[in-house]
Amino acid sequence: MLQKPLLEFTDKGIYCAKGNFYIDPWQPVDDAVITHAHADHAYTGHKRYLAHHLSREVLYYRLGEIQLQTVEYGEKVMKNGVEISMFPAGHVIGSAQIRVESQGQVWVVSGDYKTEDDGVCTPFEPVNCHHFISECTFGMPIYKWKPQSEIFADVNSWWRQNVAQNLATVIVGYSLGKAQRILQNLDLSIGNVYTHGVIENTNEALRRNGIVLQPTHRITQESVKEEVRKGIIIAPPSSVGTPWMRKFGPYSFGYCSGWMALRGAKRRRAADRGFVMSDHADWTGLISAIDATRCESVYLTHGSTATFSRYLRDIGFDAHEVHTLYGGEEEEAPAQSASQPSPEGEGFEEKIPVKIAMEALPPGEGLGGAAL
Amino acid sequence: MKAFAQLFTSLDETNKTNEKVKVLKNYFNCVPDTDKMHMLALFSGRKPKRQINSTQFRTWAIEASNIPAWLFEESYHVVGDLAETVALLLPDHGNSSNKTLTEWIGEINALNNMPEVEKHDWLTRSWAMLDAQERFVFNKILTGSFRVGVSQNLVIKALADVAELDAATITHRMMGNWMPETYLYEELVHTDTALEDVSRPYPFFLAYPVQETSEKQKSPEAMQTLLGNADEWQAEWKWDGIRAQLIKREGEIFIWSRGEDLATDKFPELHALLHHLPDGTVLDGEILSFQNGQPLSFAVLQTRIGRKTLSKKILEDSPVALIAYDCLEYDGEDIRYKTQTERRQLLEGLQATTPYPEVFNISSLITFKSWDELAEIREQSRAMIAEGIMLKRKDAHYQVGRRRGDWWKWKIDPLSIDAVMIYAQKGHGRRADLYTDYTFAVWDGDKLVPFAKAYSGLTDTEINKVDSFVKRNTLEKFGPVRTVKPELVFEIGFEGINKSTRHKSGVALRFPRILRWRHDKPKEEADTIETLKALLGE
Repeated sequence: MLQKPLLEFTDKGIYCAKGNFYIDPWQPVDDAVITHAHADHAYTGHKRYLAHHLSREVLYYRLGEIQLQTVEYGEKVMKNGVEISMFPAGHVIGSAQIRVESQGQVWVVSGDYKTEDDGVCTPFEPVNCHHFISECTFGMPIYKWKPQSEIFADVNSWWRQNVAQNLATVIVGYSLGKAQRILQNLDLSIGNVYTHGVIENTNEALRRNGIVLQPTHRITQESVKEEVRKGIIIAPPSSVGTPWMRKFGPYSFGYCSGWMALRGAKRRRAADRGFVMSDHADWTGLISAIDATRCESVYLTHGSTATFSRYLRDIGFDAHEVHTLYGGEEEEAPAQSASQPSPEGEGFEEKIPVKIAMEALPPGEGLGGAAL
Repeated sequence: MKAFAQLFTSLDETNKTNEKVKVLKNYFNCVPDTDKMHMLALFSGRKPKRQINSTQFRTWAIEASNIPAWLFEESYHVVGDLAETVALLLPDHGNSSNKTLTEWIGEINALNNMPEVEKHDWLTRSWAMLDAQERFVFNKILTGSFRVGVSQNLVIKALADVAELDAATITHRMMGNWMPETYLYEELVHTDTALEDVSRPYPFFLAYPVQETSEKQKSPEAMQTLLGNADEWQAEWKWDGIRAQLIKREGEIFIWSRGEDLATDKFPELHALLHHLPDGTVLDGEILSFQNGQPLSFAVLQTRIGRKTLSKKILEDSPVALIAYDCLEYDGEDIRYKTQTERRQLLEGLQATTPYPEVFNISSLITFKSWDELAEIREQSRAMIAEGIMLKRKDAHYQVGRRRGDWWKWKIDPLSIDAVMIYAQKGHGRRADLYTDYTFAVWDGDKLVPFAKAYSGLTDTEINKVDSFVKRNTLEKFGPVRTVKPELVFEIGFEGINKSTRHKSGVALRFPRILRWRHDKPKEEADTIETLKALLGE
């Protein structure tokens, strides 16, 4: 007799019937296990949350008073006989892959991840499993990241050059993850780091959580423009082109995102500099991560799911495309333009998904488990 | 190539005109003269002959990047640019090339007549020698799709600064039929050699639209405010054909299109009239299809554009003639400095003595006393097979490029129709990975019949909204094309409409574009095929 799969894809999120909990659900549920604190994974309105302890303060800051239980990497929690544990995903501080085990059957939900060690969050760790539910935001062979040391050498030399030309420097990245990664790799011998309020709020939440970050200065009404212009400003995507940003002009503005790999996307953003830097795995990273789990089946939740699953099948994996609301719709991310920035995020990280994405699916596909 | 690749990167890294000029000047100041000429050739659309065809290029790129062909194609649809796709997909070997642009183009030209296997080896070797950015620029040169985010005007401005010449002179010397291998930088910037090439055309003077960017019409009062008194202006019909410059010098004739293509062979009907002109004559005019002394619509002319050989049948079905607008050189003298009226008199003199009046027409002047009267005459444009009216200040010189002030085009309102979007495809370049190319349909009973494709007319914000709609409402995918739920209604504008046997709808539109998004209209209220065909009747 066929065993019922431990995890299934429902219209509320990834569901474990046996344990009666959801992973990263987008509809209110009783028990939610959260991979990381980005808004497309950590929704408001659940009764109980389970997350990694380094996500604690950011979750409180973003979701308010929630009933939250936290765990360490590797620590085991039992729910109705199902064992839940978390392993580092290397995406942002506190991000975790969720390992679920029952009766010898092991499933892992990756959430978002990257394979390169960014020196800020705990590096990604492959987890052996039977079934791997993976993201594939950048699941196209055109996306291949350079080592971050090269990118930050560029960032710092660009900053230095701007200072020499009396240009202010504005670097843009989403507030949880990219902002800290940038901050920790800046060469502070060049100048001070100034932060937009949204970013500083996240920094403060992380510091409350015991994370040690380089010193930053929150930009306020009292900030002296001439001083700020000598430093570097870390700003969220939503601030691009706003009066807030313009008052520091003339400036050079750099955008940090994996989408910057494409000339078209870069030109649409109208950034002076596009730094190709992502907190998601690139093509090679995705394949090596999936391979390392030694899984029997892999399910692709968001990103270039159609292309990537086809390729994985070509090279011998049992790969399936599933539809979720993570990351909004697959190809949506690069569509954002400077004139209409998303509230935050790498174009999509923190977007509220729209119901229509689900309705557009042909019946029976993606939901319920036709793929299983 | 390093410097050239860096030039490309730096131009991409700024949106400011002054910065771009600075970057260009830097480039001119640090590369050898032969590289300057190759760069100018590439930036002005003079690409080297294509030595490796598209199929070879793709096949060898797929092989070198070690991925399946379908994945290569999917990558191409996301990137929207072949050269860039290949640059991204090929493995990086950590190399960078010290060869100059001149050396690289020399190698490309040397591929001519080489066996395929040698071309293949050369290309694979070359890719491995370059870093990603160099590879991108190299691929651009190789595939001939060389478009940069910088206008020729900016390049010329930078060069004029470096060479300490004025931009109009450089523009003129950059015209015509030159090859970077034989045209030396010293010749380009050296004053005495300016007019040695007998085939060299003058830069075209182009008109600005009176309406500027808006599709709204100007009232006669607004015309008075903008242009002053009507009697200072000469008015002609704005003909819809191929703008051309016709040259007779030292017994030779040349016909140049506005795109700086030498098109002498394409218009044999005009050779006799040109040969009969005195040496040292240059005319500006429009080439149109004519029948029985009447101009025909652009659609007729279109049947012979782009053909390599002109069959007897084509010459019979679509004979051309010239409508002359202006005279730029008379008796060997550059007379662009003379007034419009003076040049017109010389032109009339030349036309009056031609033994070929059936192919040498002159653009007749419209008599009018006031802007009110001209506005009324303009209403007859469609009946005249004209696009509207051209206004030229009587004391204007013949200037260089598109300039505001002395020449204006006063076009008629486009025809328009409300249509439903039914297919969408991703764009290219700045619009790569965004659904920006749409197919529109009108109702035929309860069916929607596609009749036009349009790419432009929406703002970036609107494009993002449509893009997101397309992604969420895809019914089917056919390669790069998506069938979308018929729902969005747009007003489509176009300049003309003709019967067509090649299109399902039975009509072909000229210059279709999106005028506006009709948020107020449900799809049921879009126009019908009958409404569209009624426009044919005129």
